[in-house]
Amino acid sequence: MTVEANDPGLSVAAGSGASLRPLLEWLARRAEPVVIGLVAILIGLALFSLFILAIGKSPITLFQLMYTGGFGSWFSIQNSLSRAAPLLLTALCVALPARLGLVIIGAEGAVVLGGVAAAASAMPFVGIVPPVVLFLFMGFAAVVVGGIWIGLAGFLRHYRGVNETISSLLLAYIAIALMNQFVEGLLRDPASLNKPSTKPLPKDYMLGQIPGMDVHWGLVIGVVACILSWVLIEITSFGFAARIAGGNVRAAQIQGLPVGKLIVGFTGIAGGFAGLAGMIEVAAVQGSANASLAAGYGYTGILVAFLARHNPLAIIPVAILLGGISASGGLIQRRMGLPDATVLVLQGTLFIVILFCETFYGRFKIFNPDLWKRS
Amino acid sequence: MTKLLSMNRRNFLQASAAGLAAGVAPGLIGSPALAQTALTVGFIYVGPKDDYGYNQAHAEGAAVIKKMPGITLVEEENVPETVDVQKTMASMINLDGATLLFPTSFGYFDPHMLALAAKYPKIQFRHCGGLWTEGKNPANTGSYFGYIFQGQYLNGVTAGYASKSKKIGFVAAKPIPQVLQNINAFLLGARSVDPTITCQVIFTGEWSLAVKEAEATNALVDQGADVITCHVDSPKVVAETAAGRGAFVCGYHANQSALAKDKYLTGAEWAWGNVYTNFIKAAQSGGKLGNFVRGGLKDGFVKMSPLGPAVSAEGRKKFEATLAEIMAGKFSVFKGPIKDNKGNVVITADKAYAEDAIDLESMAYLVEGVVGSTS
Repeated sequence: MTVEANDPGLSVAAGSGASLRPLLEWLARRAEPVVIGLVAILIGLALFSLFILAIGKSPITLFQLMYTGGFGSWFSIQNSLSRAAPLLLTALCVALPARLGLVIIGAEGAVVLGGVAAAASAMPFVGIVPPVVLFLFMGFAAVVVGGIWIGLAGFLRHYRGVNETISSLLLAYIAIALMNQFVEGLLRDPASLNKPSTKPLPKDYMLGQIPGMDVHWGLVIGVVACILSWVLIEITSFGFAARIAGGNVRAAQIQGLPVGKLIVGFTGIAGGFAGLAGMIEVAAVQGSANASLAAGYGYTGILVAFLARHNPLAIIPVAILLGGISASGGLIQRRMGLPDATVLVLQGTLFIVILFCETFYGRFKIFNPDLWKRS
Repeated sequence: MTKLLSMNRRNFLQASAAGLAAGVAPGLIGSPALAQTALTVGFIYVGPKDDYGYNQAHAEGAAVIKKMPGITLVEEENVPETVDVQKTMASMINLDGATLLFPTSFGYFDPHMLALAAKYPKIQFRHCGGLWTEGKNPANTGSYFGYIFQGQYLNGVTAGYASKSKKIGFVAAKPIPQVLQNINAFLLGARSVDPTITCQVIFTGEWSLAVKEAEATNALVDQGADVITCHVDSPKVVAETAAGRGAFVCGYHANQSALAKDKYLTGAEWAWGNVYTNFIKAAQSGGKLGNFVRGGLKDGFVKMSPLGPAVSAEGRKKFEATLAEIMAGKFSVFKGPIKDNKGNVVITADKAYAEDAIDLESMAYLVEGVVGSTS
């Protein structure tokens, strides 16, 4: 700034510098999570490189392969996007309650039950209603069931004082047991001998691919859900109230905010998204509900949400990044002969470093908007 | 660019192999001279390659063909039965130039492998599990599977001699036909030695759930069972827990003698090396890859672990005599009259099923002497 002011040739620029200040202020505010996030990722990658060096492999080859496998070609990009699709919704299941200060880690339960509900609700209507209507039925059933499941954790939290982290995790185990009970019993297609499943959807009743891409519609649904969630949190008064309650629940209660409704409502919406992820797995990928629904999407969603600092818009790039890491994991196994756990080590390293770097928020003056108001 | 930078001898070979394979793919089966020089084969596993079980058995088979001339082997482990496996197959085809794929997990078949087979009609897919149906499934796909219940029958013979309490135990994943065949065969083998023996079965409900497998094993030993076998993806936990509690162990899928030491009687193992060698030979010599390949002990699809030190001379004699009969194709494991454990006659006295009998494939009962329930 001083250089600009002292240089007569830049007087115009200096003049507009005054009007730039609000922009700089705005940038400083926004840059903090981006810069800290990126630096954390770089530190994580550096630590991971040491690990790779320690086992006698080249980190450079590894990162090249990761780029090739995750983003190096149109095929790889589509591969990453496909893997990111379910993570968008399961990450929302963690991120939304997190804005209320709740740590929900049981999205997996809502995914599997959402899938079962979707498959069950489709059965009576296949061949009777057009596919679009069927998807609405399936989506509705999945959202309701998923919402009730995670909403239950919220309810227990607020009204019975049960820790929501533990209850949501335990509910996930119950959900998987219930799913097994349903697909191996009541809803089992007798033709599915060695892999108990519900009756498969006919081909023309499957949620197809996005035109021109080898990625199913779940990606679009996930992105829309992330944008809607952002609007809900940042723009609506419901979201504002939730953020207040998340900041200080006592203060929110004193303000007369309906904390109980907020908690049950947010956990319900969160569970609805995870349920929807289950419906998409059934309608776009599996064609029926079976044990493959419990593929760990709910758990990877926790990682995505934390890396995105529970910001619904940030979930989109983070999910794609993790999709890319998972897509390239295969190539690393195949070309470098490294075990699958390599990718888990990378994910774990990134997770720890990013959580560690959380402590740096507010520590750097450069990100302080007030700094840019002066001078 | 990344390709050029990372071009080393191995990548170069892979790239040229991929190029060649792609070039001859339309005539892959028909042009032995070229096919002999290069064939990239992809293997996909649902769990870790060193699980002492289902996946290790396949990885051991893959290791056999890796040594064959002209073969480039690409492998990926821990691939879930979701869109991930579809993308892994596509990645092996597009990035590695694989033209023959072995997705080994049962749940990979429908819809995942079938979807890829439709998309890549020039690539050959062979799936472990016996699901391929002529006329219904495409010609570039196929199935292979083995009658491993013959091995469980022989396990039962050694168990019959080793058991003092006359109670033996079985830790099972799910009550599906393949598992029920194994449980029933194990007990029938034991009863061929002593008709008073009973077998307690515990279903864990999941293919891979270490904690429950350990609990089930402990529960069986607590109830007096002194020989334990199992049918879960990885018998590691069962074998170690049972041997640790002093019970004898009969192995499954792969050889667990390193885990159970002198408590190991024998084990029913897959011999996938033979099966894969035959497939590769057919592909390289321009022969036709079978679409539906099955076999038991005498066909070299299944083998027995070497007998452990705890098998008595008498037990060894009976084991070898029964094995010889099976190898001669003169033995029927499921020979009437057989009642289920509810007292109904399920196989009448005049029936003796050969191992490939279609009736066995929908087995839904536990035979008399098995303590447990399928639902």
